[in-house]
Amino acid sequence: MDLTFSPQETAFRDELRAWLAANAPAPEPSDGGEDAHYAWRRDWQRRLYDAGWAAPAWPTEYGGRGASLTESAIYFEEIGRARVPMAANVLGLLLGGPTLMVWGTPEQKERYLPPILSGEEIWCQGFSEPDAGSDLASLKTRAVKDGDDWVVTGQKVWTSGAQYSKWCMLVARSDSEAAKHKGLTYFLMDMEQDAVQVRPLRQITGEAEFNELFIEEARIPDANIVGGVGNGWKVALTTLMNERAGLGFALQIRLRQLLDDLIAKAAERGMLERYGDALAELHVRCESIRLLAWKGLTDVERYGQPGPEGSLVKWLWSDTNQRLTQLAVDIVGAEALTSGESWSYELLRARGNTIEGGTTEVLKNIIAERVLGLPRLKVAA
Amino acid sequence: MDFGFTDDQRDIQRTARDLLSERAKPERVREHAESGRSDSELWRELCELGWPGIAVSEEYGGQGLGRIELSILCEELGRSLAPVPFLASVLAATVIEHSASEAARERWLPGIASGETLGALGVAVDGTAELVVGGAEAQVIVLVEDDGTGRVLAAEEAEVEKIASIDPTRTAARVSAGDGGEALDGDVAAGVDRALVAVSSELVGVCDRALEMTVAYVKERKQFGVPVGAYQAVSHRCAQMLLETEKARSTAAFAAWTADADPERLAEAAAMAKAAASDAGREVTASAIQAHGGIGFTWEADVHWLYKRAQLDAVLLGGAGSQRARLAGILADRVRASAAA
Ligand SMILES: Cc1cc2nc3c(=O)[nH]c(=O)nc-3n(C[C@H](O)[C@H](O)[C@H](O)COP(=O)(O)OP(=O)(O)OC[C@H]3O[C@@H](n4cnc5c(N)ncnc54)[C@H](O)[C@@H]3O)c2cc1C
Repeated sequence: MDLTFSPQETAFRDELRAWLAANAPAPEPSDGGEDAHYAWRRDWQRRLYDAGWAAPAWPTEYGGRGASLTESAIYFEEIGRARVPMAANVLGLLLGGPTLMVWGTPEQKERYLPPILSGEEIWCQGFSEPDAGSDLASLKTRAVKDGDDWVVTGQKVWTSGAQYSKWCMLVARSDSEAAKHKGLTYFLMDMEQDAVQVRPLRQITGEAEFNELFIEEARIPDANIVGGVGNGWKVALTTLMNERAGLGFALQIRLRQLLDDLIAKAAERGMLERYGDALAELHVRCESIRLLAWKGLTDVERYGQPGPEGSLVKWLWSDTNQRLTQLAVDIVGAEALTSGESWSYELLRARGNTIEGGTTEVLKNIIAERVLGLPRLKVAA
Repeated sequence: MDFGFTDDQRDIQRTARDLLSERAKPERVREHAESGRSDSELWRELCELGWPGIAVSEEYGGQGLGRIELSILCEELGRSLAPVPFLASVLAATVIEHSASEAARERWLPGIASGETLGALGVAVDGTAELVVGGAEAQVIVLVEDDGTGRVLAAEEAEVEKIASIDPTRTAARVSAGDGGEALDGDVAAGVDRALVAVSSELVGVCDRALEMTVAYVKERKQFGVPVGAYQAVSHRCAQMLLETEKARSTAAFAAWTADADPERLAEAAAMAKAAASDAGREVTASAIQAHGGIGFTWEADVHWLYKRAQLDAVLLGGAGSQRARLAGILADRVRASAAA
């Protein structure tokens, strides 16, 4: 066991840290709404891209740095630590690109990867539907073959960034006769067509971070199928596996920062003693999350496959963020319940953490069944 | 021992529930919350029925009924989240009646009882209360401090700064008293304890509604071909919500009863009720969101209004932590007294 970085990893971190210090993004726009905010994140991606920092984990042949898993984790920790925004095309960089690298044809890689990296073409994710959340494979959006095209009709939900996107990673049912997981196909759908309508989805915080997609006979050419007809579930799993990998490291740092802010508040208000036990417990959890996340990388590096850490980290992180933001109401006081303040935003937003990316209940099922090998409840397919 | 309501109390409950399910439908609550207005039409109707004065004595123009009757109304209003200034006003009335001078009682209580005057109650530190529910529209504000002192002031005597809380079904303000108004010289604690019971009862209503909505939803919502309520992760969560709600309900009922029948035990009962109800409010409404899945996180689903109401009520007049600290003190005193005896 050696819980330090190698000289090469340290050099990677120092280079990035120095670059971030010298290239801080413009200040976050205070007005202009979501469009201005998005433009700001797009500019930021451009700056990362120009310096070769948009996606260091991508292989060099696709414009990345071929960073190791550890370096990639360092990258997200540093991005979190520097409190810079996520690149505008985060879904393209983290999900779309890596999925194409596994399943895409040479033509698809050549066509789609460069504009993902530069942020010229934004990507969104069309997986969840109103009736297909935890049971994603039961999705009903239909794709019907018509000449060299597919005609797609259905509804998607929780598509963040849809209003800015050029491409949607869309999973649709291309064969209604086949078994649930077998009748799905993974498409790249052009969002710039009238058949696709985007409606903002307002959430508990009052803002609309997400959208609903209404798709009425959208056309998608054969050439935009990823991984072959009927293979959509496997391709979608590749996308979902990438979902947690990198971002977790940035979220873990964000949690740490929130805890440090809260501890400072408690000190300022003379409440360190009264809430000492609860704060210390949060500290233990934060550290466990960090250590488990790193331990998960060791599993992959040594044994070639991820252990249970990914699910454990997501579970512990979401629960801890909810506890932390709730404790903040007791420590920070009114500010944490005043709308528009950052503590109240964090409190409300944290409610989504145990739902998004797989609910805690479903994560526990996965841990029980796949990690512990417990018997599975038989339910109708 | 009989936990049941009298026929009159049952009537009050039934009337309140029928009226509110008709007049405070979720769409209407949402509409008012979104525009940040209280429902003046509904408020007028409640005033005509004498609700704001239900527990104010008859000599000050109220109905002179007990704390149990008041708790019944608080619970029903909590269930519906009706955007009316009821709770804030009755909290102020309670403390004024128990601890303000005769002149102040005569000045304020008849107006509060009829609903023409709105009141609000806040806990202040060195004269300033950071978040007073109902403070922005109240004409009379009562501020109490941890040391058992307090002041009653006309709004114009205080510094009132309107703030937008996360619960827009009612107003809120930051209030500073300065030297305005008059000091409370009676039994402030007795008033505040009764106020705690009213808040606890509202929380019971919020929990009850959250549980009802959740149970209905998880019976209907199917994933993997079965209603999600069939999964024990979900059904046990619902069972836990019931446990929390009933803990809060039974302690709130006990506290409301002691307020009228056994005031010696009120301090302990009120602290217990508020501790249980504050915890229940947070947990039950958070669980409601979780059991609804993604839809529970959306604005349209309406579960979030319950969560937000519970978050404010949970800290109102002191959260679970401070109530437990007070309880620990009461218990320690009791042990010491019996050792000395
Ligand atoms: C903030 C947020 C962001 C999101 N972002 C995205 C996104 O970017 N892309 C995307 O595709 N989707 C996204 N989603 C959707 C998310 O993946 C789903 O909401 C989630 O998988 C749950 O599905 P559901 O909403 O249909 O809830 P349901 O599946 O209906 O769940 C309802 C309740 O039942 C429980 N439950 C369901 N099945 C089981 C079971 N087998 N065992 C035990 N309990 C069960 C759940 O845990 C939950 O408590 C997002 C959701 C949120 C809230």
